Amino acid sequence: MIARVLQEAPAFFTGYNILFLLQAMGATLLLSLGGCLVGSTVGLGLTLVRASEAGALMPARVAAWAFVEFFRRVPPLVVLLLVFFASNLLRGQISLFGIAMIGLCLVATASLTEIIRGGIESVHPAQWESAESLNFGYLRAFFWVVLPQAWRVILPPAISFMLLFIKDTAFASQVGTLELTAAGKILTTKGFTAALAYGSVLILYFLLSTALAGLGNWLEKRIAFPGNR
Amino acid sequence: MHFLEIADLSAAYRNVRVLRSVSLNVARGEVVSIIGPSGSGKSTLLRALVGLMTPTAGTVRLGGETVDYSDPKSLRALRDRCAIVFQQFNLFQNMTVLRNVMITPVKIKRRPVGEVEPEARALLTKVGLADKMDAYPSQLSGGQQQRVAIARALAVKPDILLLDEVTSALDPELVQEVLETIRLLAAEGMTMLAVSHEMNFVREVSSRVALMNGGEVIEVGEPAELFERPTSARTREFVSKIIRAK
Repeated sequence: MIARVLQEAPAFFTGYNILFLLQAMGATLLLSLGGCLVGSTVGLGLTLVRASEAGALMPARVAAWAFVEFFRRVPPLVVLLLVFFASNLLRGQISLFGIAMIGLCLVATASLTEIIRGGIESVHPAQWESAESLNFGYLRAFFWVVLPQAWRVILPPAISFMLLFIKDTAFASQVGTLELTAAGKILTTKGFTAALAYGSVLILYFLLSTALAGLGNWLEKRIAFPGNR
Repeated sequence: MHFLEIADLSAAYRNVRVLRSVSLNVARGEVVSIIGPSGSGKSTLLRALVGLMTPTAGTVRLGGETVDYSDPKSLRALRDRCAIVFQQFNLFQNMTVLRNVMITPVKIKRRPVGEVEPEARALLTKVGLADKMDAYPSQLSGGQQQRVAIARALAVKPDILLLDEVTSALDPELVQEVLETIRLLAAEGMTMLAVSHEMNFVREVSSRVALMNGGEVIEVGEPAELFERPTSARTREFVSKIIRAK
């Protein structure tokens, strides 16, 4: 196998193929970043709604709960296929990449909302009361007092989820999006050995995951305060 | 006219009534202590006063103005004038001592940092923590944390300070440092309503003492009067238990 890899390597690592792989890696990166950014932002918003005790927000709380519970329980591939077939109703107005992005954002939002909620609930309720007694109001108490203390609980599982999520973006290939896994498959159909094609894909996934893990470690150190490490 | 007037105040946790028609007044500069057995509603009274639980009946007047607990504006106005110090300190763990003291005047009351910072430093110096301004709460002893909590409450320049068993969570050797701070405030004429189990302190500092039991105020009087010549049987029983405990 090694001999075959070495023999095919010069033909495999051409400018065209390298560009093709980098383009696919860009798509994986975009899907991962998009899913994580949308998931974190919307997840934070949904947690704000779910943590609120305002009576007027009761319907929104129920809707947020139902959204999270539904999309956490359905496998990512099924979510992508649901979005794919639902998009048929719009008669092809959404690109395949757009479909993959929407599906993955739904998956990431549901999981990250749960992770953020767990972190918020780990902060002692007395911190809310203390802020309330000082006239902070709900949003200020959330963003200035509770969320900064919740990060240490939120970050480790959030980073773990994001590392797994990079791998989940491979499902996008099933709805016709050209990302890393799809690129590996295309290269093998061109006749290259699977060890070379998927080996290259594996290294690129590894680089993406390592970069994210490094970012996570840096963030954890940056937000730490005494008693929070 | 009293500065704080509580009339027939009732409150409930779910359906359990924990305050039953409590009436109590506090004049400006007065220190009124609330004593009573555990579960008698002392802390609940303070929590209800600052709106951490909504009273089910009764009225509260502060500085002549009636507090409407269903109106956020009225509640904000109340909390601007009435600060509470909790038994468990409840300092913001993600902020330094100085930031804990400064955040409300700067971010909530929107006062300039240049004006607030010297005041905050002076308050922390007054409570004996000049060397701990950059420390985080987790790096302080319980007594030090409680003194920061008192400084944080004073930083909003309240008209009345509510103290909820501020020494109960402290080791015995740390109690005195907190009581000393409160003695200092009492000597300066700070109006205070304090829930306390420190009977010597209550006798020494209080203008008047209220005994609560079963969510009701049983008796109110000057310390000497209440401890030595209690009128109600429940007060006599409570006082005799305290004396026996000593």
